[in-house]
Amino acid sequence: MTATKELIEINDVVIRFAGDSGDGIQLIGNEFSLATSLMQNDLATFPDFPAEIRAPVGTLPGVSGFQIHFGSHEIHTPGDDCDVLVVMNAAALKKNIANLKKGGTIIANEDGFDAKNLRLAGYADDANPLESQVVEGFKLYIIPINKLIKEGLKSLGLGTKEQDRSKNMFVLGLICWMYDRSIHPIMDFIEKKFAKNPQIHDANVKALRIGYNYGDTAEIFVNRFEVKPAPMKLGTYRGITGNQAVAYGLVAASVKSGIPLFYGSYPITPASDILHELAKLKNFGAITFQAEDEIAAISSAIGASYGGSLGVTASSGPGIDLKSEAMGLAMMLELPLVIIDVQRAGPSTGMPTKTEQSDLLLAMFGRHGEAPVPVIAAQSPADCFEGIYEATRIAIEHMTPVIFLSDGYLSSSTEPWKFPLSENLREIKPKYALPKTADDQKYQPYKRDENLVREWALPGVHGFENRIGGIEKEDVTGNISYDPINHEKMVQIRAQKVANIAHHIPEQRLDSGSEKGKILVLGWGSTFGTIKTACDVIRSEGIEVSHAQLRYINPFPSNLGELLSGFEHVLIPENNSGQLAMLIRSRYMINTLSLNKIQGLPFTVSEITNKIKSILNPGK
Amino acid sequence: MKRTEILDFIKSEFHSEPFTAKELATDQDVRWCPGCGDYSILKQVQTVIPSLNIPREKIVFVSGIGCSSRFPYYLNTYGIHSIHGRAPAIATGLKTARPDLNVWIVTGDGDALSIGGNHFIHLLRRNVDVKVLLFNNEIYGLTKGQYSPTSTPGQITKSTPMGAVDHPFNPIALSLGADASFVARTMDRDPKHQQAVLMKAGEHTGTALVEIYQNCNVYNDGAFFIYTDKETKPLETIFVEHGQPLVFGENHDKGIALKDGKPMVVNMNEESFSINDLWVHDEHDAYKAFVLSRMFDDPSVENHFPRPFGVFYSHDRPTYNDQVHEQLAHAKTMYGEGDLDALIQGNQTWTVA
Repeated sequence: MTATKELIEINDVVIRFAGDSGDGIQLIGNEFSLATSLMQNDLATFPDFPAEIRAPVGTLPGVSGFQIHFGSHEIHTPGDDCDVLVVMNAAALKKNIANLKKGGTIIANEDGFDAKNLRLAGYADDANPLESQVVEGFKLYIIPINKLIKEGLKSLGLGTKEQDRSKNMFVLGLICWMYDRSIHPIMDFIEKKFAKNPQIHDANVKALRIGYNYGDTAEIFVNRFEVKPAPMKLGTYRGITGNQAVAYGLVAASVKSGIPLFYGSYPITPASDILHELAKLKNFGAITFQAEDEIAAISSAIGASYGGSLGVTASSGPGIDLKSEAMGLAMMLELPLVIIDVQRAGPSTGMPTKTEQSDLLLAMFGRHGEAPVPVIAAQSPADCFEGIYEATRIAIEHMTPVIFLSDGYLSSSTEPWKFPLSENLREIKPKYALPKTADDQKYQPYKRDENLVREWALPGVHGFENRIGGIEKEDVTGNISYDPINHEKMVQIRAQKVANIAHHIPEQRLDSGSEKGKILVLGWGSTFGTIKTACDVIRSEGIEVSHAQLRYINPFPSNLGELLSGFEHVLIPENNSGQLAMLIRSRYMINTLSLNKIQGLPFTVSEITNKIKSILNPGK
Repeated sequence: MKRTEILDFIKSEFHSEPFTAKELATDQDVRWCPGCGDYSILKQVQTVIPSLNIPREKIVFVSGIGCSSRFPYYLNTYGIHSIHGRAPAIATGLKTARPDLNVWIVTGDGDALSIGGNHFIHLLRRNVDVKVLLFNNEIYGLTKGQYSPTSTPGQITKSTPMGAVDHPFNPIALSLGADASFVARTMDRDPKHQQAVLMKAGEHTGTALVEIYQNCNVYNDGAFFIYTDKETKPLETIFVEHGQPLVFGENHDKGIALKDGKPMVVNMNEESFSINDLWVHDEHDAYKAFVLSRMFDDPSVENHFPRPFGVFYSHDRPTYNDQVHEQLAHAKTMYGEGDLDALIQGNQTWTVA
């Protein structure tokens, strides 16, 4: 027995935890991410959970996964295939073994491979995959976790069920040992979570320790691994998910603009966590309204905006469909409103827990009549903060509804965030109609400034009484008008108003590569990290490639056309059938090449590098 | 100027003088069909609002779509003419965000009970402090004459040439079922009664639902005339008033008694009944309000009840908007005013130095 097993330094590793959806996989994933953050590694995570809250135990649909990629260098994706696969049962192995690298490591809970589990996972009774060619070519560690836990927790007098629940902590402890992470932050977490239940608290702490010590003492592990801190930009970091970042970004915009937040929302996967986060922040004056339906959610936000609040609503595809008519109203009223679409795999109910980028054209055009709305997309979980802050700024300063696009992948993935100080956030300047002490000037609701932005009159101000509506209105006065020439003029004004925003956003920059060349990879939204990594890989092989990622999709940055014209090929990878490609082609009249993946999963790096290579070397 | 400064300004410095009904009118041409019942309702609202002693600039009228929903354009207050059925949701957001405002919803039977049915019931159950004027003309007017969710069975309309087979909503019973805290019925052709009911609704704290029978003289003319015509009114109409017995009839000689929890029409000319036997209306009694709401017979049926008008139910219970703001205040007491930097930082950070 030795406590000094050899420590091997590695640059990065991808670990995938998988088990039944009741096994607490997401929890240990999140805690391991935290422990890893505190070791100052860069990281990206990808929770992959089933749609069913509790699918039948032990079955394939019930498998929940959590992948983490961390390293001593910059990490932008949760990794393609994993180096280490931790499986709590047979179903988890069956579902994930294809994503384990050749020569990778399997850590399996032996007790999850009994006859019943094998049958539920669809393995024939007598064919335990751990004893077959299924695991050939992998490093295999089989650990009787349930038995070890049972033995270790005997003194606590828990029932078998309660004992078994702690097995995820064993795994967490073991993996922490393997990768040399401290278990203290996790113990702090357990302390808080189970403060009111000392017995469960003790069981979890004990299981965590047993796991950690098992690695140290059991004769099966020869070595452990060290991942040195990543050379990250100096500063203070925290971990954050996309949905959390959206919630904080909204509160930040509310505080900075001095406009209280009103968040009208109807529960829907994967957007609900934004509602949960904001509901906790009442001391910021944030109102969360859980509406009776999606239409009421956006309508209530419009009412709040009319009253001078920052109206925000969020949903995913099915709910965004339902909000379309009200979005048209908000566009017509010309009130600030933020509509968040956490995209998921559609159409219809589709695959609610799976990611996709398929609502881009819906965001652009999903309203009757001609109802242009700015569209902003976030690039990474932490970037959701800046993205939503910018969407909110545009909504307020340009008096318009703005659609903010996130997606299932961004919503629940975690990454380190070098968070800003509030004093460094950009000012947001609402354009109020200012009250005067005399009735010297009539308020004209649709009088506009040089950007075609109208003034926001708060109800309650004497002399500004006005009526606005969805019916076509006369220019300047806002009175009802069916005049044909006026209508055409108003349609053009509303379009121009949105187009003018291009003068108030940054020019499009390249994320990497030179400004002219053979190939530009143009992405938008959550494909950022994967494209970035893919371009790094390509360049490391001595091939030139450039990368730009769009945040502003409507209006496009004013220099985008020129930027695109510097390249022989423009490759657009999207998790849809080519929606940005359609916009780019029609706007700039250029040929583009597409890489499309519509599997409810993000791209892998190799999918993108292969595509780039196939374009540059068409013969191979 | 910051928002808070504007709000301070609203609170302190400058309020409109008391105003007249005439000053409440706008310069917009009223575009309802000549003879429409909406004109009477507009007039009564313009008459009642000034006496509620609310500054004009604090009032917001929110409407959906339909003939009635043009209403906000004719009142010199703040107003939103929104989309079909959604006025209750918009008003909920507005009142919750700005509880200092006095918010009214103008809607119709199609707007509130058909396309906006969901928002309507949820508004009532939440008890948002807004007033709802439900213009019920039992027809779709703006779309030119289709039956509505309150049209009578068998009604011949453009979309029901052989008669409607739908069972209609009883809007009062529906509202009570949704736990509305104030429920009343009045009609366009009785200005005085309308004004009295609107006044009570205006003074109520919580959602006040006023169903107003309104004549569509183009597509459903005379739907409610039996409740106002001289010959039929005495036997078809009963006006309920808090603390008063339920009396009707030409000579106030008929009444409603409650027997075994069921209403029955009694004739006080008969020796066995006197006014002391009658049901005394108690607008705070939810059980009796339900019974009263069921007096909704087809007037062509033998021995039917007269149709009640007045306040069916009125009850004070906490409003949604008040409770939301109590929670905000409570959260500030418990955790202090939100600190943005502390929020962004969270409680697990690490520093790369």
